[in-house]
Amino acid sequence: MAVVEAVELTKRFGTITAVSGVSFQVHEGEVLALLGPNGAGKTTTVRCLAAILQPTAGHVRVAGYDTRVAPRQVRRLVGLLTEFPGLYGRMKPMEYLDFFGAMHGLDGQTRRQRAEALLKQFGLWHARDRRLGQFSKGMRQKMALVRALIHAPRVLFLDEPTAALDPEGAYQVRQAIADLRRQGHTILLCTHNLVEAETLADRLLIIHEGRIVARGTVEELKEQVLGPPVFRVRLADRLDGTLDAVREVIEPLDWDADGFRYRTTTPEQTNPAVLARLHATGVRVISLEPEPRRLEDVYLHLMGAVS
Amino acid sequence: MSERTLELVAVPDIAPTHPRFDWALVWTLVRREIRDSLRDWRIVIPIGLLTLLFPFVMNFMADVVFDFLERYDATIIGERFVPFGLLAVGFFPMSFSLVIALESFVGERERNSLEALLATPAGDVELYLGKLLASLLLPLLASYIGIAIYTVSVVWERRWNLPASVFAQVVALTTAEGLVMVTAAVLVSSHTTSVRAANLLASFIIVPIAFLVQIESLIIFWGQEQALWWIVLGLLVLDVALVRAGIRTFNREAILAREIDFLNVERFARLFWHFFKAPPEEAAQVRQQYGGTPPSLQLGRIYRHDLPRLLAENRWGLAASLLTVVGGFLVGWALLTWWEIPPDFLDMRSFDPEAFRAALQRRGAAFALLPAFDFRAIFWHNLRVLLGGALLSLFSFGVVALLLLAAPMMIIGLLASGLAASSQNWLLFLAAFILPHGVIELPTVMLSTAFAVRIGAVMLNPPEGFSVGEAVVLALADYVKVLLFAVIPLLLVAALVEVYITPNVVVWLYS
Repeated sequence: MAVVEAVELTKRFGTITAVSGVSFQVHEGEVLALLGPNGAGKTTTVRCLAAILQPTAGHVRVAGYDTRVAPRQVRRLVGLLTEFPGLYGRMKPMEYLDFFGAMHGLDGQTRRQRAEALLKQFGLWHARDRRLGQFSKGMRQKMALVRALIHAPRVLFLDEPTAALDPEGAYQVRQAIADLRRQGHTILLCTHNLVEAETLADRLLIIHEGRIVARGTVEELKEQVLGPPVFRVRLADRLDGTLDAVREVIEPLDWDADGFRYRTTTPEQTNPAVLARLHATGVRVISLEPEPRRLEDVYLHLMGAVS
Repeated sequence: MSERTLELVAVPDIAPTHPRFDWALVWTLVRREIRDSLRDWRIVIPIGLLTLLFPFVMNFMADVVFDFLERYDATIIGERFVPFGLLAVGFFPMSFSLVIALESFVGERERNSLEALLATPAGDVELYLGKLLASLLLPLLASYIGIAIYTVSVVWERRWNLPASVFAQVVALTTAEGLVMVTAAVLVSSHTTSVRAANLLASFIIVPIAFLVQIESLIIFWGQEQALWWIVLGLLVLDVALVRAGIRTFNREAILAREIDFLNVERFARLFWHFFKAPPEEAAQVRQQYGGTPPSLQLGRIYRHDLPRLLAENRWGLAASLLTVVGGFLVGWALLTWWEIPPDFLDMRSFDPEAFRAALQRRGAAFALLPAFDFRAIFWHNLRVLLGGALLSLFSFGVVALLLLAAPMMIIGLLASGLAASSQNWLLFLAAFILPHGVIELPTVMLSTAFAVRIGAVMLNPPEGFSVGEAVVLALADYVKVLLFAVIPLLLVAALVEVYITPNVVVWLYS
């Protein structure tokens, strides 16, 4: 079931079009990563989804509520972590969460229970008597994540959650997001950190200059952009004469003295056949393995193509 | 994180039954903001000092003034110093509301905490009112405490019987001034991109208010306290207008999207030119496509289509002008109760045509405020007043333009009333002195005023889809169109009639 649905979403600011005709869905319990360079329209998209901005054209529904018709309801159902979350520095964590819980209409007892549980869950309970202004960057980001969760939102929008953090802080926040994912939260993750997207997301949406340029799982994107997987065979003996034998099964992309590379859409059938041919010719095989295909390659390929 | 703690945080699904407006959200926001202000020593210490110490300083000053004036039997001035002190002890802590209000939205934006607030279910009105009340309540409370301390100390020490009406006036004035400062400052805060920019604009609030406080002080020393109620009333009307403008123009989208403040003169100039040339009904379309070739300006179209359409669109402005003309005349008529006109000043029964013509010839020299009796001078004087009204309308939400229309009508009303009181025919006076050129001039001035009022009014209520700046440019373009193609030609005709026909009508009717 789609919890978030954007249909032909367009957002213009004066003469500038930030998002143009974007359509996608986020399903219950799914983590969708929105990838793209700075200024691609990710933050604007998230703001439209969180009913902070109104679409210029198209529409957005969250749990069935149209953001234009029922923005309050939408904002009650979503939790938003912004790219640079400022906290109220003179407040203490419990007080801060109590305020946002109250703004979301939670009663006092629920607010206290949830705040305590979340602070413990995110390892911030020990700092409950400190002012938020005294928190480290990582702690602040986690605190902002806790704030986004205080009203048990159905959907979480995380906008560049690790962008401003050092490696340790980023790791902590990534772990927290991974835990939320395991717990079955529906998450839309905006990032330009490709490793983060690859590790955390079920599906990816690549956006460039306000338009979606590619979508799918990591594997699907690799397939779409880089083609079928490439395998490399390394041989212990010289290649002389053996290439003709494997050509009956595959067409090598290139070769050298140590081996060759080929592409196949059916590795489960092709790879055993290649090995069998090589074995029949008496050539000893050191290894047959897929060439690593990074999401970064997909991304750079796409950005190069659209630019 | 552990799976066990997750069960703890599971809450029932939230029922989306939020009311359209929720005071609970407003008060939640107010409580947080006030608590935050109370934790900021930069706010607490000055407010505390002004609230607790300044009344005693003022009381000491009152003692010194009383003692000094008693030596010269001028105790009446001393007694008027007390309400002035009351006004001052109330105003100083109140001025802090400006500091708090100015950074209400833009401060949060700078600290990156605004988006989280905008992501809560609170609507625009709740956010706006929450910020407004949070900025107002603490300084207002401090003002009331200051006023109370000063009152108690003055009454206690000097056994001075403070009239309840004066106390009520000062409390009302302090509250109304605080509201004006806060509503205006919150408005500024929600339309700027940095605290620095908001602070720079603060002078547009504090200077008029400081000027007003000086006027109030003068009124107190003059002993015309009743006039202070009119100021309270005016301030409350302004409060309502500002709150309405704040809510109407509050735009969470603009707050987040606006990255930098700069005066794009070229854009506004081009927009003005396009609005000026296009038919009125195409304004919204022009707003979006002003970058293209401007539509052609057709004189025939302007008279046949544009001006009638603009008049229909601005019927509320015309109604306000008409109301001001009638109201001004009636107020002027009633003013005779306070201002007595010398009997020989208005004795038309001994009208001397020669003396009348001679008086007209030396008018410009004898009365500096009136132009010489020459059609160029009259035309230029009228045009200058109308343009001044339009310009000042921008800074007064249209009020000054209406006041400039009301003033001559009050004078006419006063003169007519004076004639009626001395059993003279005031209708004959109007027919002779006003009607010949007034039949052209008065509708022309009303027309100009109606469009001048619109320049200020659109700041409170810009058309749908227009920013405040775009709305003002549109109103200016419409004003210039009306001015060039209707007001100026008619003013010229009216001035010619006033110089060459009206005096003859006066002589004919009164001889």
